[in-house]
Amino acid sequence: MSPRSFSTPLLRVHGISKNYGHHVALRSASFDLWPGEVLAIVGESGSGKTTLLNTIAARNRPDQGRVEFAVRDGGLQDIYAMSQAQQRLLARTDWGFVHQNPADGLRMDVSAGANVGERLMGLGHRHYGKLRAIATDWLERVEIDANRIDDTPQMFSGGMRQRLQIARNLVTQPRLVFMDEPTSGLDVSVQARLLDLLRQLNRNMQLAVVIVTHDLAVARLLAHRMVVMHRGAVVESGLTDQLLDDPQHPYTQLLVSSVLQP
Amino acid sequence: MNKPLLQLKAVAKVFTLHNQNSLQIPVFDHIDLEVSAGECVVLDGPSGMGKSTLLKLIYANYRSNSGQILVTGADAVALDVAQATPRELIALRQQTIGYVSQFLRVIPRVSALDIVAESLMEEGMADPQLWESACTEAKQWLSRLRIPERLWSLPPATFSGGEQQRINIARNMIKPRPLLLLDEPTASLDAANTNTVIELIHEARARGAAIVGIFHDVHVGQAVATRHVSVTNFRGVAQ
Repeated sequence: MSPRSFSTPLLRVHGISKNYGHHVALRSASFDLWPGEVLAIVGESGSGKTTLLNTIAARNRPDQGRVEFAVRDGGLQDIYAMSQAQQRLLARTDWGFVHQNPADGLRMDVSAGANVGERLMGLGHRHYGKLRAIATDWLERVEIDANRIDDTPQMFSGGMRQRLQIARNLVTQPRLVFMDEPTSGLDVSVQARLLDLLRQLNRNMQLAVVIVTHDLAVARLLAHRMVVMHRGAVVESGLTDQLLDDPQHPYTQLLVSSVLQP
Repeated sequence: MNKPLLQLKAVAKVFTLHNQNSLQIPVFDHIDLEVSAGECVVLDGPSGMGKSTLLKLIYANYRSNSGQILVTGADAVALDVAQATPRELIALRQQTIGYVSQFLRVIPRVSALDIVAESLMEEGMADPQLWESACTEAKQWLSRLRIPERLWSLPPATFSGGEQQRINIARNMIKPRPLLLLDEPTASLDAANTNTVIELIHEARARGAAIVGIFHDVHVGQAVATRHVSVTNFRGVAQ
């Protein structure tokens, strides 16, 4: 199925704004995300990328505007009108959130297997053998040796921790994953492995991804579409290669011309 | 005469460099071009005159300032790529437009075989049988383009320029799309591979593809063209 074969968006963001005192962190951002699409949010530090991500992921209520998600059994629903219990259920079933620093998204002092199984246990899975089998399968899918299932992430390298964090998020087969700079801070070889993994997951699971990145080369390889943030506003959006090859807005032109060949 | 598959009507393109005092670089001021199924239009003109720019306008990674660029998709409906939404463009590129660019851009760890076979898979389809047959077809293309079998399982990052170019050709021509845009596909190929690419272009035309291409080698251009068009015709008088 191509993204076109769906008739409604998975996520719909309408004019969301957020101020911190007099500081405008987010100025009337709007976009739709369709099933299976990868959307990159790019811009310099302080441009509002992470505020936008947290706001659409139900982690930071906007002052204005609306964020709607197509729940499995009932079309688009305002995520901030849901009860906290509904939000929590969504956050640990149909959504994933991958933090820049894996320590923020993992339990560092429990085993890798327990990290992967936690979301399933939260949904009532209790059969230890089954949970362990699922955890083993997911460790293999993210290329972590199954022998390491009883080790804690403290004993893992940065790249392994990031892959474990992804496995922990994907075990419930979410339809939408938010990622905040998932490849920064990793060696390039480790980064390549992670990009390959993300691309496979997107293709094979029709996973939609919103990824915040400052790395335009990562955006070029992974994202179908891109939004460019500058001073809290979306200044340009479109297909990734349109924005990188023929940027229209002065800030996008500056951003693209400032990096080595993305 | 067939209804054209590709129609450009009064298309203009100016680059504006905002960070260079809004310098304006006009490239085209009036492109009118129609290409029908079974035609191979070869773009001529000195370098720097906008041949690649014209292909990028059709593929929509460059955006035109005015005019219409109509591409007839699989559903027989003409879509104006200058106005199309990103979603419509993604679908159009998957189904209708194949584009062989000058450079291969791929995720570092993916093997040459997977890169080519994936072009035949719809996104979200993980069916092992379909994958198997996609791989079989991809192998035929790699053999035909003389990529040694020992390279198939390797990522192309370390391949020679000519090998990378052949991976790029296989990847973008394997799926029989109705419109093909070819930007110097033979630039770093030897004679044997150049001939193979000429054959592939003839075969694509025979199955009814409309083709627009740029060939730095005059002989290749002559061998594949059903019509030559000079891009200097599309530039303003003052230039």
